Amino acid sequence: MDLGELLGTLAVGLAAGVTSGLLGVGGGILFVPGLVFFLGLAQLHAEATSLVAIVPVALVGAWRQKSYGNVRLRDGVVIGVLSPLGVLAGAALANAVPERALQIAFAAVQLYFAYRLARRALREPSVQPP
Amino acid sequence: MSSRLVRLTAIATVAGAFSGLFGVGGGTVIVPLLILWFGYEEHEATGTSLAAIVLIGLLAAVTHGLYGNVDLLKGVLIGVPALGGVVAGTALQQRISTRAVSGIFAVLLVVSAALLVL
Repeated sequence: MDLGELLGTLAVGLAAGVTSGLLGVGGGILFVPGLVFFLGLAQLHAEATSLVAIVPVALVGAWRQKSYGNVRLRDGVVIGVLSPLGVLAGAALANAVPERALQIAFAAVQLYFAYRLARRALREPSVQPP
Repeated sequence: MSSRLVRLTAIATVAGAFSGLFGVGGGTVIVPLLILWFGYEEHEATGTSLAAIVLIGLLAAVTHGLYGNVDLLKGVLIGVPALGGVVAGTALQQRISTRAVSGIFAVLLVVSAALLVL
């Protein structure tokens, strides 16, 4: 890994965290391409590795949101606890499909996120009221 | 099973699948459904979603780890600056135009998608 790759990685990580804290969108959608482009990971490995970063970021985010009174903990925990079947199915599928198919699918997800964000941007006032 | 539990299960399963398949948290599934099906207000949905994502992400990370897909060092490398970013981002919420950030982020995602595929 050279300096450029390291700096790129740190920058993407920072950006992912800031947008996560600011917009409530997860970091994964930025972590994955960051890991692919700057650290040379294959799509599947980038996705898997992204999840490692997502856990502490979500934890810190959830903690702060809880202090603002925005977390209904019981529902959140229930959803988490009920997710294993879905997680297994998703992971199994990711491991079964060709790399190219996963890349294209992920790119489609990014476009969908972009669409949702654009709609949201057009709806919102310029600065959030306190 | 109560209808509430059925719906929570549906959300959990789809979000989990999204997470396992794409390496994201699953929030895009959880947030709109909490609003639509449970009448959550947007900030509550986002906050609650994050709590769920901690668990979902953990399960998904472990599952992929068992498949041998995880590079722990690189995960830490990209995760540490992100932690700093989250703290900064939540603090900036009142001062920055989230509208502008959303717009920039959207453009970034389109560019990234193009780079990935082309």
